[in-house]
Amino acid sequence: MEVSSFNTNSGSGHETVHHQVVAPVREPLVTGGKTVRDVTEDVCRRVEGKPTKGWMMGMALALTAFIAGGYAVYRVLWDGIGLWGLNKTVGWAWDITNFVWWVGIGHAGTLISAVLLLFRQKWRTSINRAAEAMTIFAVICAALFPVLHMGRPWLGAYWALPLPNTFGSLWVNFNSPLLWDVFAISTYFSVSLVFWYIGLIPDFATIRDRASGFRKKFYGALSLGWTGSAKAWMHYESVSLILAGMATPLVLSVHTIVSFDFATSVIPGWHTTIFPPYFVAGAIFSGFAMVLTLMLITRKAFKLEDYITITHIELMNIVIIITGSIVGIAYITEFFIAWYSGVPAEQYAFINRATGPYWWAYWTMMTCNVISPQLFWIKKIRRNIYATFALSIVVNIGMWFERFVIIVTSIHRDYIPSSWAYFSPTIYDVGVYLFSFGLFFSCFLAFAKFFPVVNMAEVKSVLKSTSGTIKED
Amino acid sequence: MSTQSNKFILGIYDDEDVLLQGVAKVRESGVKIHEVFTPFPVHGLEHVLGYERSKMPRAAFLFGTVGMILALVMMYYMSYFDWPMIIGGKDFAAFPDFVPIIFELTVLLGSFGMCFTFFISNDLKPYKKPVIFDIRATDDKHVMAIELKKNSKLSYDKLTEILTNSGAAEIMDKTFEAKS
Repeated sequence: MEVSSFNTNSGSGHETVHHQVVAPVREPLVTGGKTVRDVTEDVCRRVEGKPTKGWMMGMALALTAFIAGGYAVYRVLWDGIGLWGLNKTVGWAWDITNFVWWVGIGHAGTLISAVLLLFRQKWRTSINRAAEAMTIFAVICAALFPVLHMGRPWLGAYWALPLPNTFGSLWVNFNSPLLWDVFAISTYFSVSLVFWYIGLIPDFATIRDRASGFRKKFYGALSLGWTGSAKAWMHYESVSLILAGMATPLVLSVHTIVSFDFATSVIPGWHTTIFPPYFVAGAIFSGFAMVLTLMLITRKAFKLEDYITITHIELMNIVIIITGSIVGIAYITEFFIAWYSGVPAEQYAFINRATGPYWWAYWTMMTCNVISPQLFWIKKIRRNIYATFALSIVVNIGMWFERFVIIVTSIHRDYIPSSWAYFSPTIYDVGVYLFSFGLFFSCFLAFAKFFPVVNMAEVKSVLKSTSGTIKED
Repeated sequence: MSTQSNKFILGIYDDEDVLLQGVAKVRESGVKIHEVFTPFPVHGLEHVLGYERSKMPRAAFLFGTVGMILALVMMYYMSYFDWPMIIGGKDFAAFPDFVPIIFELTVLLGSFGMCFTFFISNDLKPYKKPVIFDIRATDDKHVMAIELKKNSKLSYDKLTEILTNSGAAEIMDKTFEAKS
């Protein structure tokens, strides 16, 4: 929404340039009258300075969770997954719930950086870096669970990848959605990582050119000798656009394939054709909630209020209303289809879900995912930082319960009533989950300290059209 | 980039729109611009500099096609020719079941191939010593570098005048010593 007018007075050798920013509807995305130089300063200051007390405390907490949970991981590896609360009827519970939950969270990063790039949404510029980092760490956490569920993960490569071996079945089963998952998630992880890294190169160069000694060497190596030449920027822009174009169907494919893990089975409650879009919407929903949780802390801790503004928060909350409502409609559709199908097993699965032994999980899910995000229709709530923070956590609790409800309630009562069972987690289920939290937050905190948390180059490129300042040189 | 004891004259610009107009004016005056360095992507700069369109999309297409063919060949070889397994009575060569992995490998090879093409064609590699004309080019200034040798038709004073008229906020000299 930018209109720039030039008044060039070339006769005298002096230039007068008037930049008029005409965007009466949209609020500025960068406040505080920041200049290009301020962006460099504000972002680099944190990388160059000593870690704050708050950061140290956060890191200590994350590492405590990592170590405490690490003990549970060690025991699970040593003694086997019999330590978990699984039984013959409920063979999938916490760990697959955690897997789907983390993968879902990992969707927001690429959505923000790729989909919003294709839609030319400028507000992505100050949040995309941290959201992509979050994606990468969340996918690492997600991968942890299927790997541990293998029981003997050191043999896992033969089960999960088409490697020549003598263990029996020679190759992997390409008809299985679980194998598609391996390909989808590893591709998603690698492509997200490369996308993130390409975006980081110019910012590493900025830090390199301000630094000396070890830091110069470290960021110099990471910056790959970037100089910011027009030719390199041209290729860079082209690469970003094509990567965004490829990452957009990729991000949709990942949760679609995760939903196939359930949807291609013949278990009532799982065998549902709306799973792919419903899972993707849920993933974006929970991913944005996690981005909000992290960004609200980051902006406060690193004083980035001028870059991650209330407008950003509001826009993310709007995405939460939309995706939350899609998820709500999906829940209702499932019920309708169960009734409409006329299949007694299907009908039972859903009535049991809402009124059976796991009714509390179902209603927690309904309250957190369907009802609570509707509060964001009120402008005051969606622009309130405390309300947003609280609701972002509520949404993620709800999304965890959604996966738990889908997975556990659908299988805890199978076709033979004598094998009906109830699943309760053990301390090891909780411990491994805690470990993933420790891993996630220690990675994110390390990123926030040592990497530029805001994409400087991209913020600079939109500064003039969105900062709301009218410059006159 | 050869930099053997080359003398450059640098025009430093504060603003990206002034730069865009400046580049056009400098080129109109018949000056050959060595390169422009900017702290962020300036849209349209490649057009005023007269660069050809980036060929990165072609690399992505090429590597993506390789990925697709690789996935097809791999899956048909493994599950149809080499070792067919009966799993739930499913077809050994079930194309619909192969679609997800075909898609994933297309994207994987396409994006990695393109990124490595990007690294190689721009000579981006770890521990490479960058040729920095002005350190502020990664901060807040736009730097236009003009090689004196390649513009021997124009005098130094004339070049300075052209740069001043193009809106450069600052004009500097830069000499790179011969590399051994």
